[in-house]
Amino acid sequence: MYDKGKVITGLVIFVLIVTFPVWYNVRGAQHIPNPKILTKVKHCVKPLDYMRADHMKLLIDWRYEVVREGDRAKVTVDGVQYERSLVNGCMKCHVSEKKFCDQCHEYVDVNPYCWDCHIKPKETE
Amino acid sequence: MADMKADELGVSVARDPSMMTHAVPTKDWMDIEAVFKPGNYCYPAKTSIVEYLGKELPPGVMGPARDWDVESDDWKLPDNWKEIIIDGLRQRLDKFRSLKIFMDCCVRCGACADKCHFFLGTGDPKNMPVMRAELMRSVYRHEFTKAGKILGRMAGARPMTFKVLKDWFMYYYQCTECRRCSVFCPYGIDTAEITMMGRELLHLVAVNINWVLEPVSNSNRTGNHMGLQPHTLKENVEYLCDDIEEITGIKITPSWNRKGAEILFITPSADLFAEPGIYTCMGYLLLFEHLGLDYTWSTYASEGGNFGSFSTNELMKKLNGKMYAEAKRLGVKWILGGECGHMWRVVHQYMGTMTGPADFLEVPKSPITGTVFENAASTKMTHISEFTADLIRHGKLKLDPSRNDHRIVTFHDSCNPARGMGLIEEPRYVLKHVVNKVHEMPENTIREKTFCCGSGTGLNTGEIMELRMRAGLPRANAVQYVHDKHGVNTLSAVCAIDRATLSALMGYWVPDVEVTGVSELVGNALIMDGEKEVRETGLRFEALAGSEGDANV
Amino acid sequence: MKILYPFIAVIGLIVIAFLGAEAGLSSLFGIVIPYLAIIIFLVGFIRKVVDWSKSPVPFRIPTTCGQANSLPWIKQNKIECPSTMSGVLKRMFLEIFLFRSLFRNTQADIYDGPKLRYGSSKYLWLFGLMFHYSFLVIILRHMRLFTDPMPFFIPILRFGDGFLQIGTPPIMMSDVVILTGLLLLFCRRIFLPKVRFISLPADYFPLFLIFAIASTGCLMRYFMRTDVIYIKELAVGLATFHPTIAGHISPLFYIHIFLVSSLLIYFPFSKLMHMGGIFMSPTRNLANNSRMVRHINPWNDPNLTPHSYASYEDEFREFMVEAGIPVDKELPPKAEETPAAEEKA
Repeated sequence: MYDKGKVITGLVIFVLIVTFPVWYNVRGAQHIPNPKILTKVKHCVKPLDYMRADHMKLLIDWRYEVVREGDRAKVTVDGVQYERSLVNGCMKCHVSEKKFCDQCHEYVDVNPYCWDCHIKPKETE
Repeated sequence: MADMKADELGVSVARDPSMMTHAVPTKDWMDIEAVFKPGNYCYPAKTSIVEYLGKELPPGVMGPARDWDVESDDWKLPDNWKEIIIDGLRQRLDKFRSLKIFMDCCVRCGACADKCHFFLGTGDPKNMPVMRAELMRSVYRHEFTKAGKILGRMAGARPMTFKVLKDWFMYYYQCTECRRCSVFCPYGIDTAEITMMGRELLHLVAVNINWVLEPVSNSNRTGNHMGLQPHTLKENVEYLCDDIEEITGIKITPSWNRKGAEILFITPSADLFAEPGIYTCMGYLLLFEHLGLDYTWSTYASEGGNFGSFSTNELMKKLNGKMYAEAKRLGVKWILGGECGHMWRVVHQYMGTMTGPADFLEVPKSPITGTVFENAASTKMTHISEFTADLIRHGKLKLDPSRNDHRIVTFHDSCNPARGMGLIEEPRYVLKHVVNKVHEMPENTIREKTFCCGSGTGLNTGEIMELRMRAGLPRANAVQYVHDKHGVNTLSAVCAIDRATLSALMGYWVPDVEVTGVSELVGNALIMDGEKEVRETGLRFEALAGSEGDANV
Repeated sequence: MKILYPFIAVIGLIVIAFLGAEAGLSSLFGIVIPYLAIIIFLVGFIRKVVDWSKSPVPFRIPTTCGQANSLPWIKQNKIECPSTMSGVLKRMFLEIFLFRSLFRNTQADIYDGPKLRYGSSKYLWLFGLMFHYSFLVIILRHMRLFTDPMPFFIPILRFGDGFLQIGTPPIMMSDVVILTGLLLLFCRRIFLPKVRFISLPADYFPLFLIFAIASTGCLMRYFMRTDVIYIKELAVGLATFHPTIAGHISPLFYIHIFLVSSLLIYFPFSKLMHMGGIFMSPTRNLANNSRMVRHINPWNDPNLTPHSYASYEDEFREFMVEAGIPVDKELPPKAEETPAAEEKA
């Protein structure tokens, strides 16, 4: 006839699904990622905005040029030379994977496969 | 018959520009106007009939009776006809969840488009089930949805106008409520519901057809569609009994309106007076005699069919009420129903709700086998195919299927038993045991995907013969296929409308094929106690295979 | 026109969001409108379903697509013609999750003869499945932006969806599939004459809108990236009712979220409600047991009774008596020379 019970149950399930992020988040407060740079150098090969959005593009371009094309030329920014290398370049400043990379990557569930090939530098506490 | 010969019509269907032959109308569907001309519409109901029924029903249901001409642009509608229709639509939206959901949910995916036999036969775009529903949806949007009110035509909305009314009359009477489209619809949208609502709304302003309302009015008064009075009914059956005696040597005297009988038997009245239904009726008579069944016929409830279901809910209920009323008066234990399509849609899906509870009856139990028909525990009415299948299963019938060897048979699933009931295997089981040569039509044309005869829901009238032959083409084509492949010469069905309309359809498209009811074939095969030593002819006096005597009629 | 107007409408939405973002209305487009949209979506959706449920289901009208429950030795098709709740649930599951009915689809063609042929046609089923499932995966994947910490299924989906590891960031298969699906569904609408004929602007609009949503999303992921950390801060903020926009996010994001908001607002008032309707369709969600169990119709009119037997007999009593049919009330005694039947005749 009207199946009131079934309709209400259905609607409750529907609302629960739609509001999933609301009640799911109640359990834990939001932690804003805080990537740490542990060296004194405060500038990078590219501007901050670019790096925040596009660092993966830079890394993958470097990989292509260095590994696939064998072009190991370094980049010079503001008179400072950087090796185009993850471990020997980037991680000279961004020394800690845990304290730098993972901060954001874990926050937004990004799982780059850097360490499929590279050997992770030891974390120094 | 249709004005056009079958071969001409065949060419027209396959060649003339239509949506089936990949021609596309240049205008938007909202701009295409329905044009009535002789042959494409059914005649309106006689004034006297509308008046009579109007008095039998709550006020308003039948609308004001008047003489009107379908082809004219003045249908003599009441001044406030638009209001009546919109109010009627509002009421029906409040009464039927199905209507609301079917109005809101269609995504126009087009899955239903080429599932309709009317579309396949005419190629008329408005015969696509989705379009048929859009004819009403457009008005619904305009009146009842915000988007429709604000955006109008951009939202697929249009006001109720005479043009729309013409569309409705045209296309709600080019739908046989067969529900084939609803099998394919991802949301189960059922055009039968839409058409039923459309027809109800049309009735509110007395836009109706005689071929539906005259049988309804007859049925209300005399108990059956043809208006046969009690003595005539009885006489007709006596004639059939005479024929049975001539063919089998068995004398049968069935009882009428007998109080205290165990079973009340109700079948469409067409089985009592029209070929080839009468042969089916002879089948019933033989079967019940063979079993010595304690049953009675009724003159008051002498109609299984219910043309009310093709007009309005109220009329359906009014006519249906007679079955239980008579069962109660006669004090029978349960009701056995004959072979009929829409009758069984009504009995199966509506009767218990509408006219029940049938607490004065008992759960049907076969007196011969003791089987209790649990699937009819509430409605207390059992289908003859269920009943017969059970008998055969228990070996209670003495059968000689070779008496049907002159027939190579295929089975046509009638729309309503197949898609409104799920009665699919029972008649096949019966057939298999009474006929030796049975062949199925192609998979996409049987069982739940079966094609309508093309003339159901009160469209089995002569004035639209070409339309009927077009709409029946998908069915006829499938029969043609098994006729060519297996030599099929008999199309059997468990529906009285089918027996009448398929005969016309076969006569037109596949002339070598005869139409029978399943019970006729049962009757042919039954070995009766004390019958003639040699059965020379079938129930229609046709020569049996291997018999030397020719048919005498 | 039917195609052009909805297209212009979607372009219009994009322009509005772009201008809004450029004009610095980031909290309007990033916070106010999304909240408004989700409220309209929820309230509108619930109201629609409640409105449907206010109308009763007066009759049990399942479309039976197989053998019914009958004699015990006849094999019932318990899914396509269910007579029990569990059968109905199975039928509904197949319908909702696998589009059972669309899977039956055929294509009819007429040839000289005339001859009709019905070929199998599963394209619509396939395209529909492609679109709906990739959309679902994408929505679920987006939960990575709305929740912190993330639910268990996020990494699983990310792994499965990006399994091919093509490109950086890796291409999500669902992104490719949804765009392809939408494109194919659109092509059906414009190239198949029947579907084109029946299509309304309301059919093109959601196609374009969702296509625009998916494209702006893909642009942001693969080509014109913006700082996803700010986006997540905003998204989680929205979910925890402390929304903040911590830094500059590209206009593309505001276009994306504005289009999503538009979709949410549009949803309850459109055919998209088929999402709720499919659960409530009486031809699918009822058991075929109407002869077994009595179903109640709340508006059944008890006063609507058949033409009574008594008045029937009154009209035909003479004939009945003459024909030897039993009657309830005998004929009144009459003068012998005028039998009743003759009088009437």
